[in-house]
Amino acid sequence: MIQENKKLDQKRAPIHEALERFRQMRVVPFDVPGHKHGKGNPELTEFLGRRCVEVDVNSMKPLDNLCHPVSVIREAETLAADAFGSKNAFLMVGGTTSSVQSMVLSTCKRKDEIILPRNVHRSVINALVLCGAVPVYVNPEVDSRLGISLGMKREQVRKAIREHPGAVAVLVNNPTYYGICSDLRAIVDMAHEAGMLCLADEAHGTHFYFGDNLPVSAMAAGADMAAVSMHKSGGSLTQSSFLLTGPSIQAGYVRQIINLTQTTSGSYLLMSSLDISRRNLALRGKEIFKHVSDMAEYARGEINASGGYYAFGSELINNDSIFDFDKTKLSIHTLDIGLAGIEVYDILRDEYDIQIEFGDLGNILAYLSIGDRPQEVERLVSALSDIRRRHSTKATGLMAQEYIDPQVVATPQDAFYAEKVSLPLEDTLGRVCSEFVMCYPPGIPVIAPGERITKEILDYIRYAKSKGCSMTGPEDPDIMHLNVLK
Amino acid sequence: MEFWFSEFHTPDVKHSIRVKRHLFSVESDYQQIDIFETPEFGRMLVLDGNVMLTERDEFIYDEMITHVPMAVHPNARDVLVIGAGDGGVVKELTRYDKIERIDLVEMDPQVLKACREFLPANACRLDDKRVHIYFENALKFIRRCENEYDLIIVDSTDPFGPLEGLFTREFYGNCHAALKDDGIMVNQQGSPFYAHDAEAMQRSHMRIVHSFPISRVYQAHIPTYAAGYWLFGFASKKYHPIDDMNAEAWLALGLRTRYYTTRLHKGAFYLPAFLEDALREVE
Repeated sequence: MIQENKKLDQKRAPIHEALERFRQMRVVPFDVPGHKHGKGNPELTEFLGRRCVEVDVNSMKPLDNLCHPVSVIREAETLAADAFGSKNAFLMVGGTTSSVQSMVLSTCKRKDEIILPRNVHRSVINALVLCGAVPVYVNPEVDSRLGISLGMKREQVRKAIREHPGAVAVLVNNPTYYGICSDLRAIVDMAHEAGMLCLADEAHGTHFYFGDNLPVSAMAAGADMAAVSMHKSGGSLTQSSFLLTGPSIQAGYVRQIINLTQTTSGSYLLMSSLDISRRNLALRGKEIFKHVSDMAEYARGEINASGGYYAFGSELINNDSIFDFDKTKLSIHTLDIGLAGIEVYDILRDEYDIQIEFGDLGNILAYLSIGDRPQEVERLVSALSDIRRRHSTKATGLMAQEYIDPQVVATPQDAFYAEKVSLPLEDTLGRVCSEFVMCYPPGIPVIAPGERITKEILDYIRYAKSKGCSMTGPEDPDIMHLNVLK
Repeated sequence: MEFWFSEFHTPDVKHSIRVKRHLFSVESDYQQIDIFETPEFGRMLVLDGNVMLTERDEFIYDEMITHVPMAVHPNARDVLVIGAGDGGVVKELTRYDKIERIDLVEMDPQVLKACREFLPANACRLDDKRVHIYFENALKFIRRCENEYDLIIVDSTDPFGPLEGLFTREFYGNCHAALKDDGIMVNQQGSPFYAHDAEAMQRSHMRIVHSFPISRVYQAHIPTYAAGYWLFGFASKKYHPIDDMNAEAWLALGLRTRYYTTRLHKGAFYLPAFLEDALREVE
């Protein structure tokens, strides 16, 4: 494998090239999809473009098969592994959710313990619902001014490992949505010493593999598996993702796990976008992410100079719970101008035609990437300064996000499948919840299946709803009722 | 040999002007800049394929965007001009002795350079000692200003180009803050005739209405712009564009103009019914 890697040419994009060849061949399709290169659906073809629907095709010999790659998909995966510095890479078409779930399902079985911070994405806990593993939560540190969850402290992880020596893996956010990193190298070492695997949710960390002066990537830190959202900072199409594995992981078994839930009709639009984006990052990633970092640093400087807001950055680094900070992230604390993050998020969209990634109770996150130009950054900065001028009030009555220490009563799987009853929100105090509640984005559960409903949680849900957060998870879309264990 | 410059006013409407010579062409950091010599319109500045000005009809635009607010504001001393790298607006402004400072913010130094060389009649007053030129993004420039100007003139390109940011709420809001308590902002507001332009015009009008207590629209006939029909926005914190116009004072200055008159000033604010409706829709 290493011999082979030396010859790899990152200028190649095997799936892309195969699709171009396929286009030239003018093959007559008597296979699915039934739109037949778009001819059967002129309205769709008009909307998406002929060149796009022409390559929306099925697996076939010249194009390989995602379930069992032997030719061009395999080559694309090999190139990706080389680019990301992993032993193996898997093209994923079910979002990074599917990468995260495959990571958990590959390493945990029923009743296995897995150590993880509570501020994980819902996809992690969903995987626990599927496989029946038991979460051991490490409380992330909380920044009291910003009201955001930070990384895991080394000591906390060490304690969890000591108290749960039978756990099979430690999962780390690298970074969190806000760009905060734990000491990944140290956590990898602790996990390996205790005979555990280390998994990384790198939904927000694709660029760590390519840019300079960015936090360490999971593969470089020696982690065993990583779920990488290529479609976020990497520029590929929505829903495409990579799963990376290190030398300790059996690739064949991971492929089996992926195939348990992954479609057998993998989209060539998604796969080619992964292939082309990997090539782009491998060839130009350094300059691209330098540009993104520079824009974010510029915006931070301008926003902080204008007053009121706090666009936080590397100054937060404390060598432990904020071991490193991803400076491409533009997170802005808004409470000091008297507005909740979600309110600024709504004003930006409704009055300024600016869509940002999310707003929570105290902060907003503007996602900067490969596709941004300085003039749009100027618009964002100016809009924020105008909002401050127009809306700024004394910051009173605003609730900062607080980390709510979960009381885990049942495993996510037991709680999810248990006999349950739907109760009005106000009657659920003290009961054990059987479903998720979260603001989306960021999609970090306020409460997860198997956790006790406390007054803090109910206050939080009511407040977040009143501020206009888009809340999801429960069966009842208006979240007037919650399902609890009988 | 036939040599024509054509500009699409819509995908289905093309406006063509015969060209004698292509005098200048450069791709700057921001846009494609061209200057042509034409038999009918004299020299013509074109940015990204859109006619910005011609020697023959620039007086209409420059007079209407300058003298209308200057006849209303009794004491405009500090003026900010945004865009306008060709110097036409500055040329009109420097005719007022009472103006003490003209800050010109232009994103693209190459426009200014080209106009100095090829359109000297427009750019002739850029060296006036009251004029201070800043090559900067206007959005960035303006958000640092507070209570500083009596008049802001926004002489931008269209809302689909690199200056899109000058048609936004954040820009107008920051202009409001940069103006003194009785300040006026005048902007070019595009054409109301073709649907695509009309929608953009409505959107920017809506943004201005939200930012200023007084916001009115006035019109002029400009042959080389889309449909030959152009609008300007008059946004103000205190002065009304007609009620507060002081014709006597303006006439006493003895400025000779070719388009603007104090009678036309009033008339320009009386709009056709379809346009009144379109503006009312977003107010």
